[in-house]
Amino acid sequence: MRAYLVRRLLALVPTLFFASLIVFSTVRMIPGDIIDMMIAQNDIGSKVSRQALEAALGLDQPMFTQYLAWVSGILLHGDFGKSLWQQSPVLEEILTRIPVTFELGIMALIVALTVAIPIGVISALRQDSWGDYIGRSFSILMLAVPGFWMGTMVMVFPSIWWGISPEVKFVPFHEDPWGNFIQMAIPAVILGTSLSAVTMRMTRTMMLEVLRQDYIRTAWAKGQNERGVVIRHALRNALIPVVTLIGLQAPILIGGAVIMEQIFVIPGMGLLLLEAVSRRDYPVITAVFLIVGVAVVLINLLVDLSYGLLDPKVRFR
Amino acid sequence: MALLSVRGLTTRFRTDRGALTAVDDVSFDLDEGETLAIVGESGSGKSVTALSLMRLIAQPAGQIVAGSAMFEGKDLLSLPEEEMRSVRGDRIAMIFQEPMTSLNPSISVGAQVGEPMVLHRGSTWQAAMAKAGELLDRVRLPDARARVNAYPHQFSGGQRQRAMIAMALACQPRLIIADEPTTALDVTVQAQILALLKELTRETGAALILITHDLGVVARYADRVAVMYGGRMVETASARALYRTPRHPYTEGLLASIPRLDQVAGRRLIPIEGQPPDLTRLPPGCAFRPRCRRATAACETTRPALAEAAPGHWKACLNDAA
Repeated sequence: MRAYLVRRLLALVPTLFFASLIVFSTVRMIPGDIIDMMIAQNDIGSKVSRQALEAALGLDQPMFTQYLAWVSGILLHGDFGKSLWQQSPVLEEILTRIPVTFELGIMALIVALTVAIPIGVISALRQDSWGDYIGRSFSILMLAVPGFWMGTMVMVFPSIWWGISPEVKFVPFHEDPWGNFIQMAIPAVILGTSLSAVTMRMTRTMMLEVLRQDYIRTAWAKGQNERGVVIRHALRNALIPVVTLIGLQAPILIGGAVIMEQIFVIPGMGLLLLEAVSRRDYPVITAVFLIVGVAVVLINLLVDLSYGLLDPKVRFR
Repeated sequence: MALLSVRGLTTRFRTDRGALTAVDDVSFDLDEGETLAIVGESGSGKSVTALSLMRLIAQPAGQIVAGSAMFEGKDLLSLPEEEMRSVRGDRIAMIFQEPMTSLNPSISVGAQVGEPMVLHRGSTWQAAMAKAGELLDRVRLPDARARVNAYPHQFSGGQRQRAMIAMALACQPRLIIADEPTTALDVTVQAQILALLKELTRETGAALILITHDLGVVARYADRVAVMYGGRMVETASARALYRTPRHPYTEGLLASIPRLDQVAGRRLIPIEGQPPDLTRLPPGCAFRPRCRRATAACETTRPALAEAAPGHWKACLNDAA
């Protein structure tokens, strides 16, 4: 088990190396670089030359040199660089944002699973009943309706109809947990239900598959009731592929969080990233991407480890 | 008085190719401690008969449409589902054909073997696991007590079937139904498992319904035999009488088609010609008529009923020969 963990964590190294290369070079390919923005925004074109600005920000160096400086800063000093606009350390900014996005992601995941698994199970148990049709239609609807559209509608229509709108000023968790929960609930529900669609379909399919197995007949034959058959004998076996799916959805979850943060003005990693991209703040963009990369890899590691709990045939070597 | 008394059991299935009667008007009695073998080819209705008694027919495709099955004063076929649940695994236990897939892969063997104790005896899981160790020991699983926490994939096919038998014995049922318990096992293991099953039913006094297509098994382990063909019971007699004087042409054919050690050297085995009947397209008369050597004109129109040909020996055939 330990050897397995070490190997999995070592595998992070090449993954992150390639990710860093791609991220570092692609952000610099976005048309319109930071110098154009600074000059346009501050109307300083007449006072400062382009070359002087590039030199001041260290952007005059060859890209390879810049990359080496950036990577060695991370590896040697844990320094992700400074924001090119605020000159504040990127890592500090990110560390204040991670918990917000993490909270949103966890809440969305909880919503997704509490919606998906019961509906999936009931849909399978009552196959081709009205409940099944309603559950499946709901899931297709959630799959078809984009989260950003839902988010926008939820922002706009209540304010038109009833004159209420969600709090735009962010309430941090440590100041007012309940207020924070209320604020996060709407984006989490929207994000969660759109994630739940695929999970629900997978749960339903797997349940139908498992319920046909011989050992389910054995469970009935020993006098189990429906509840015991489903919860004790079927669900665990049906959930193994569902867990894989949840791991695969991690990037979608993070991508969705970026959009929700933008719509509901939640100061998480997503909002930070969007702002950074629109201002070409290279160190911030690369750092956010790198951390998201680490998160996705770790989530999938957690998923793989959870197989050990669900499936006794899995041994980590 | 019989432990189990089945009368007119009829089970129908709706399939894509039309409705079929998998079990048609089957009746039999089973005494306390008796072993009844139900013999027939695949599709003859023997498994469906067993599943019908347990009320485990896949609904809504399958329906028990007629009949009664009196067991300990209750009709199994009309019992409310909740009462039926308290019969399953407690008074009647069932062992299935496929030991490889009949155990839950994600639950430890001990927890599966002990589960009926928790369901029917209100036992704690801890006590059930201890009892499971005893039961596994009793079915001669090597190193039983240490292996209650093992999972099915760590067991061989024969060991899994032993675990299934242990599970069946958990609540000391009065009736065990074993549906081809050895078909999926190696020949050497088959004999061990059957001997074990027979020995344990003798010890506990449980009656046994042994479903099989193997007449060799029947001769050794059954007191009485019921032969099924096309969903109907065509002959029933004591095992001895059935072997000595088979009275239905189908049974004769079955016996003639199996090799025997005491037969004259060089005698050829005689196969039964033709195919088992398509249950969705049964002919109007006797279902066996297209394959029967002795069929007459009457066989085409009249469906023979089970009638007593000799004391305790019943057959469903219009012909009086043999």
